Amino acid sequence: MFTEAEIMDLIMTKDSKTEHLVNDIIDKPVEEHKITTKNVNVFYGDFKALKNISMKIRPFSVTALIGPSGCGKSTYLRVFNRMNDYINGFRLEGKVVIDGVNIYKDKIILEKLRKEVGMVFQKPNPFPKSIFDNVAYGLQIQGMKDKHFINERVETSLKKVVLWDEVKDDLKKNALALSGGQQQRLCIARTLAVEPNIILMDEPTSALDPISTGKIEELIFELKNEYTILIVTHNMQQAGRVSDRTAFFYLGELIEEGLTKNIFLNPKEERTENYITGRFG
Amino acid sequence: MIRTREQIIETFLLISAFITIFTTVGIILVLAIEAFKFFREVSVIEFFTSTEWTPLFTQKHYGILPLLSGTLLTSFIAILVALPIGLAIAIYLSEYAPKQFRTYVKPSLELLAAVPTVVYGFFALTVVTPFLQSFIPGMSGFNSLSAGFVMGIMIIPIVSSLSEDALNAVPASLREASYGMGSTRLQTAIKVTVPAASSGIVVSVILAISRAIGETMIVAIAAGQQPRFTINPLVPVETLTAYIVQVSLGDVQHNSVEYRTIFAAGITLFVFTFILNSVSHWLKNKYREKYE
Repeated sequence: MFTEAEIMDLIMTKDSKTEHLVNDIIDKPVEEHKITTKNVNVFYGDFKALKNISMKIRPFSVTALIGPSGCGKSTYLRVFNRMNDYINGFRLEGKVVIDGVNIYKDKIILEKLRKEVGMVFQKPNPFPKSIFDNVAYGLQIQGMKDKHFINERVETSLKKVVLWDEVKDDLKKNALALSGGQQQRLCIARTLAVEPNIILMDEPTSALDPISTGKIEELIFELKNEYTILIVTHNMQQAGRVSDRTAFFYLGELIEEGLTKNIFLNPKEERTENYITGRFG
Repeated sequence: MIRTREQIIETFLLISAFITIFTTVGIILVLAIEAFKFFREVSVIEFFTSTEWTPLFTQKHYGILPLLSGTLLTSFIAILVALPIGLAIAIYLSEYAPKQFRTYVKPSLELLAAVPTVVYGFFALTVVTPFLQSFIPGMSGFNSLSAGFVMGIMIIPIVSSLSEDALNAVPASLREASYGMGSTRLQTAIKVTVPAASSGIVVSVILAISRAIGETMIVAIAAGQQPRFTINPLVPVETLTAYIVQVSLGDVQHNSVEYRTIFAAGITLFVFTFILNSVSHWLKNKYREKYE
């Protein structure tokens, strides 16, 4: 997939962009991790999809989950908002702690959890409603009636995803009339509108063209000032560009996790190196 | 040898296809010709404006409105019953029920449509009407309420089955998006899936109405045979279909105006169901484009 030189190049450009972050946040020990998983095993019936995953995720960071198809990275991502619950035969062992709460043990209200842990999906999936109604949806289902408040939140959310200027004149337009890239930014805005503090992104750019992808990546970069982000991606360059830390999954195991720079430049495991250099995957 | 056999089969298939087309065309032609003859003797204006339908009496009036109101009233009551129940079933089956449950329940629901309508008619007359009469003292033995109610039960499977198909056709990604934002199942159903499936649901309702309008046996047995221009559900009425039955079974002389009234009623019925079916067909196509 990449030559050694290309990877170097990739890491260098990333470094110049994110240096301050690496220094500021990523290496500094944090008092409390945003998310901690301990010995997490996930089963679908008899199939063991995740094997003994333990990992800590810092607040205000971007963590990339990489690995070949079927390695369990998407399953792992969906552990945090319990979206796997809908799959027949799903079972989880171990501890998943978000902000000190074990989300599989303690009395959890799923609706509340998902308000805190937003999700952006692989394919843009706006509701067949107007742009405005899409962004306002999360507030409306919470019973928010204050029109002024909703209007304001819709505007700030659309501004955050840099879509406001493109759509402000026809918020009544059906969201399905937007381009794919705009739809995905709308979906991010929809997620932001309920003010989560964690955002899960499941290959958010895999259905988009390079320009739209670039815009989303810039956006992720901005968003991490306010949110903790986990992103599943098949695109190594993307992982290199947007993430602070990277976790490599293979056959349901977490092979290696660390600073993105280190994972790409000095992977400890041979399997990691083989994957990121494109020898398999 | 094989070639000739193939050719015979092919011709046979072609003929089968044409038979249905010719039958349809034939029916429409007969309807149209007889109705045309009818309208040579009865003015169209009277037909559509007079509120009395008494072609079999000495004092003859040919206003279709009483039959039409009878038909629409019973169909309206039927849909009032079938829409909420059918939609609730569809939502339950597509959004809540486990898959296995659905595979058993759906076919058994469709059994409702397999009950002979004469049974429904008797059920309405001998069970539902006496039951309702115990609440509503002034209710006649023949009335549109119990006929409409039972007809509503009969068309529940049309609404529930087609609506469930429509709900199932809503992409899973929309449900995921809704759940992912913290909606409950009910919120997801009401605010996302049902609106997204609305055209399919409308189609199911239109087909159900169309079925109710064309239904004959239940209304002929339970709704009465008194053409009456009314919206009172407690009194006997007569529907277009029940009138056609009445005349067909009676001893009205062929080729008389009285006889031709059934063609006039028939073509009115046909135009109604044809329009409804066309609208549903058009909606179905439109809705198919949206997701494919």
